[in-house]
Amino acid sequence: MEIYAFYAIAAVVLSSAVLMVTSRHLVHSVVYMVISFVAVGALFILLEAEFVAAVQILVYAGGIVVLFLFVVMLVNVSETYQVEFLHRQWLPATVLSMILAAQIGFLLWGNAGGLAADPSASGSVLRAVEGGNTETMGMTLYTDYLLPFEVASVLLLVAMIGAIYLSRKRV
Amino acid sequence: MAELGLNHYLLLSALLFGIGVAGVLIRRNVIMVLMCMELIFNAANINLIAVSRFRPDLTGQVFTIFTIAVAAAEVAIGLGLVIAMFRNSTTVNVDEIHLLKG
Amino acid sequence: MLDYFWLIPLVPLVGVVINGLFASRYIRSQLFTGALASGCMLVAFIIGFGSFMQLASMPVEDRHVEIELYDWISGSLVHMHDNDAHVESATLDIPFGLQFDPLSALMVLVVTGVGFLIHVYAIGYMKHDPPDKGFYRFFTYLNLFASFMLILVLGNSYAMMFIGWEGVGLCSFLLIGYYYKKKSAGDAAKKAFVVNRIGDAAFIIGMFTLFFTFGTLDYDGIFAGAAANSEVGSGLITFATMMLFIGATGKSAQIPLFVWLPDAMEGPTPVSALIHAATMVTAGVYMVVRSNVLFTLSPMTMTVVAVVGALTALMAASIAMVQNDIKRVLAYSTVSQLGYMFLACGVGAYAVGVFHLMTHAFFKALLFMAAGSVMHALHGELDMWKMGNLRKYMPRTHMTFLIGTLAIAGVPGLAGFFSKDEILWYAFTGPNGSPWLWAIGTLVAGMTAFYMMRMLIMVFYGDSRMDEHTESHVHENPPVMTIPLIVLAILSIVGGYVGIPANLRIGPLESLHETVDIVRWLEPVTGGHGAGDDNGEAEAHAMIPDSPAIVAPAIGGEAAQVLARPIAQEPAFVLTAEGEEHNTALEWTLMLISTGVALAGIGLAYQIYGRGKPTDEPAKRFGGLYAALWNKYWVDELYEAAFVQRAKDLGKGLWVFDDAVLDGTVEGVAAATKQSGTASSEFDNRVVDGAVNAAANSVWSGSWIFRALQTGMVQNYALVIAIGAFVLVSAYLFL
Repeated sequence: MEIYAFYAIAAVVLSSAVLMVTSRHLVHSVVYMVISFVAVGALFILLEAEFVAAVQILVYAGGIVVLFLFVVMLVNVSETYQVEFLHRQWLPATVLSMILAAQIGFLLWGNAGGLAADPSASGSVLRAVEGGNTETMGMTLYTDYLLPFEVASVLLLVAMIGAIYLSRKRV
Repeated sequence: MAELGLNHYLLLSALLFGIGVAGVLIRRNVIMVLMCMELIFNAANINLIAVSRFRPDLTGQVFTIFTIAVAAAEVAIGLGLVIAMFRNSTTVNVDEIHLLKG
Repeated sequence: MLDYFWLIPLVPLVGVVINGLFASRYIRSQLFTGALASGCMLVAFIIGFGSFMQLASMPVEDRHVEIELYDWISGSLVHMHDNDAHVESATLDIPFGLQFDPLSALMVLVVTGVGFLIHVYAIGYMKHDPPDKGFYRFFTYLNLFASFMLILVLGNSYAMMFIGWEGVGLCSFLLIGYYYKKKSAGDAAKKAFVVNRIGDAAFIIGMFTLFFTFGTLDYDGIFAGAAANSEVGSGLITFATMMLFIGATGKSAQIPLFVWLPDAMEGPTPVSALIHAATMVTAGVYMVVRSNVLFTLSPMTMTVVAVVGALTALMAASIAMVQNDIKRVLAYSTVSQLGYMFLACGVGAYAVGVFHLMTHAFFKALLFMAAGSVMHALHGELDMWKMGNLRKYMPRTHMTFLIGTLAIAGVPGLAGFFSKDEILWYAFTGPNGSPWLWAIGTLVAGMTAFYMMRMLIMVFYGDSRMDEHTESHVHENPPVMTIPLIVLAILSIVGGYVGIPANLRIGPLESLHETVDIVRWLEPVTGGHGAGDDNGEAEAHAMIPDSPAIVAPAIGGEAAQVLARPIAQEPAFVLTAEGEEHNTALEWTLMLISTGVALAGIGLAYQIYGRGKPTDEPAKRFGGLYAALWNKYWVDELYEAAFVQRAKDLGKGLWVFDDAVLDGTVEGVAAATKQSGTASSEFDNRVVDGAVNAAANSVWSGSWIFRALQTGMVQNYALVIAIGAFVLVSAYLFL
C-alpha cells in the first residue's frame, strides 16, 4: 500500500517540477513550485518525519513562496512573462543534466540495494521520546544540537540584515 | 511490485536534482534560477530524511532543519540581490549581465 | 555624601553627553539645555557641599578620603634611577583614583559653586547668540570644562591632575575659539593653546622627574618619599619643582607665559568669568599648593615663585591702568591677582594663597559677569570711552560692580581686604618674605585700587558718552543674569570672614575665627607652613594623616627634621609665635599702610576721572612709561620678534637651504636621470618593448580558446560545474 502512495506522490513531485521549469509565466512557476514542495512534505510524512514535514510546509510553501511572489511583483511586469525564456545553452544543458540525473540515479539505485524499512527500529529512534517525532526532535535540537541551533539563528539574523541592506533605496 | 525501499527515494531525489540543475542552467530569469536552486535543496532534503528513516538515526532530520534554515537565508539574500540588480540594470535576465566577461 | 564624592566630576559629564549628542538635533530647547547644564553643576555642588560638611564633621586626622575607580594604566615595569646610582625597577601603576581632602573640598566648592552661578548667567547671556546651534555647543563645552576641572582638583596623583590639566586646556581652546568664524578669536584660541603647551611640556618633564626619583606618581607616595629621602635644596627636587612651576605659569598666566590670557577675552564673557577668572587659571596655584611638600624642600624654587608672582602682579597691574577695553582691564587684573597668589605660595603661605584664590574667584567672576552684563546691554561695546553714566540705566549691575570693585581694591570689610592683607603680611614676615616683596605687593594694591576705580567711574558715572542709538536701547538685564551677580556680590562681601588676620581677632570676630578659619581648615594639606600664627591649634599640627609630618620622624634626615618641626619643636621654618605681641603692632602698621595706599589709589582715580570730563591726559604726561604700559611692555612684540619671527626665520632659512642645496642636488640628479632615461627609453622602446610585445602577441593569439570560455555569463560557468560533476560521476561509474 505504501508503495502506491509513494508512486503517486513522486509523480506529483516530478511533474510539477518539470512544469515549473518549463512554464513561461513566473507566477505559474511559483504555483508549480508550491505543489512540488507540498508533495515533498507529504513524502516526509511517509518517511515518519512529521516535524520536518510541518517545517517544510510552513517555511517553504508558506514563507519562501510568499517571498518569491513579492519579488515577482516588485520587478517589472514585462519580465514576468517571457517568450524568450530559455538560455542559448538550453539544449546541451538539458541533455547534460538529464544524463547526470540518470547516472546518479543508477548509482544510488544499485548501491542502496534493497534496504527496506524496519518500522520497529525506526520507531524506537525517530520517536524515542514519549509523544512522538516532534518531542524527540525538540529534545535533540535543544540538547545535542543547541550550539548549531543558535548558530543557525545568528545566520538567519545576518541574512535578514543583509537583505535589508541590499534592498534599501540607495545601493 | 517490489517493496518500497531506500533506493526508490534516492532515485526520486536524483531525478528531482536533475530537473533542478537543468532549470538553473537553462532559465534566463534570475528569480527562476533561485527557485530551481530550491528544488535542488529539496532533493538533498529527501535524501537526508530517507536515510534517516531507513538507517534509523535522527541526525538526518535534524540536519534537514538546518538545511531549511540555510535555504531560507539564501533566499532572503538572493532575492535582496535580485532587487538590487533590478534597480541598477532594470533587468532580471542573467544572460544580459556579463560584467565578468574577460 | 562623602561615599559618593567620586560622582562630582561625573555629573557634569551627563550634561555633556545629553547636550552634546542630542540637544542641537533632537531637543532644540535652549531652556532645557541651559537648565540641564546648570542643574548638573548644582547637583555637583550639592554633592560637594554634603561631602564637605561630612569631612568637616570628621576628626582632623581623618580628613582624607581616597577612592580608586579602576586601574587606568597598570603594571608596566619601568627602570628607574636611584640616588646611589644603581638601577632599580618600579611598576608604573596609575589607578584612576580620586581623593577628597580639605584642599580638594574647597576647590570643588569654588568650581561648582561659582561655576553654577556662571552657568545660570550664561543662559541669559547666550540667549541671543546668532548661530543657533552655538548655544548647545557652548553649554556642552562649559560642562566638559567643569568636569575636567573637577578631575584636576580631585585626582590623587599627578597623572590624574594631568588629565584635568590637559582637559581644561582643551576646553579653554574650544571656548576661546567659540566664535570661530572671527579670525581674532581663532588666533587667540591657538595662542592660548600653544602657550599652554609650553607650560604643559614642562609639567610633563617635572612629572617624569618625580616618577624617576620616587617611582610613583601618587601624591601620598611622592610626598612621603620626598620627606623621607630628599635633602632640602636637592638638585632633582629643585629641577622637578621648577618644571612644575613653569607648567603653572602656563596655566595661571604668569611671567613669562601670561600673554595668552588677555587675548583669551575673545571668548564669550561667561567663559572669561568661568575659565579665565574663577577656575582654570587657578589650576597652577592649586598645583603649587598641592605640591607644597616638594616646593618647601626647594628654597630656590620658592624664591623664584615669589619673585615671579610679585613681578607679574606689578607688571599686569601697571598695564591694566591704561587699557580702555573693559574686559582687557579685567584680564590684566586677573593676571595681577594670580601673581598675588603665587607671591603667597612663594613665601610659604600656601593656605593664604588658596584663601585669595577663593575670594578672587568670587569678586573676579562678579566683575567679569557685571562687565558682560554691560556689554550685553550695549550690544557688545567694550570701549570704556563709549560708556558712562550707566548707573542710571542698570542699577543692579552698577551696585554689584561697585561691590566687586571695592572688594578687589581692598577696602576694609570686604573679601579682598582680608586675603590681600594676609598675603602682604606674609610677604613681609613669611619664611621667604622680604620687605621688597611687601613693597611691591603694596604698590600693586594701590594700582589695583586705581585702575578698578578708573573703570568704575568711566563706566557707571559721569556723563554718558554713548551714541543716541545705543543709549535708547540700554536696559537692565533679566533676573537670570542679575541674580547670580547679586549672589556673588554677597559672597564678595562675606567671603573674607573665613580668614581673619591675627590682629583683628577681637570681640565677635574672635569667636568667628574660632568657628571657621580657612588656614586651620587647610592645615592637613599645607602642613604648618603659613599657619604659624595659629599657635593655639597645636593639636592640629600633630597627627596629620598621610602627611610627611607623620612619616618623617621615623625616617630621619635633614628634610624630615624640617618637615617635622611643627610637631617636634617651635616651628622655625614657619612663622613663629614668639613675636605675637610685636607682630600685632607690625601687622596693624602694615595693614594701615596697605589700606592707606589702596584708598590713595581710589582717591587718585577719582581726582583724575571723577571730576569733570574723564581724560587720560595726566597719564599721558609720563610719555615713554605710558607708551610702555599702553603697549603692554611690548611683550607680545618681543615674543613675536624673539620666538615667532625666529621660528619663521628658521623656516625661511631651511627653505632657502632646501631651495639651493637640496633642490639643486635633486634637480641635478633629476637632469642626470633624465639623460639616462632618454637613453634607456630608446633601449626600452626597441629592445624591451619589442620582446614584451612579441610575448604579448603570442599569448594573445594562443589564448583565443580561453577568451571564448570567459563569456561573463554566470550560467555558462554553472554549466561548466555541471560538466565537472558529470565527469566525476562518470569516472566513478566506469573506472
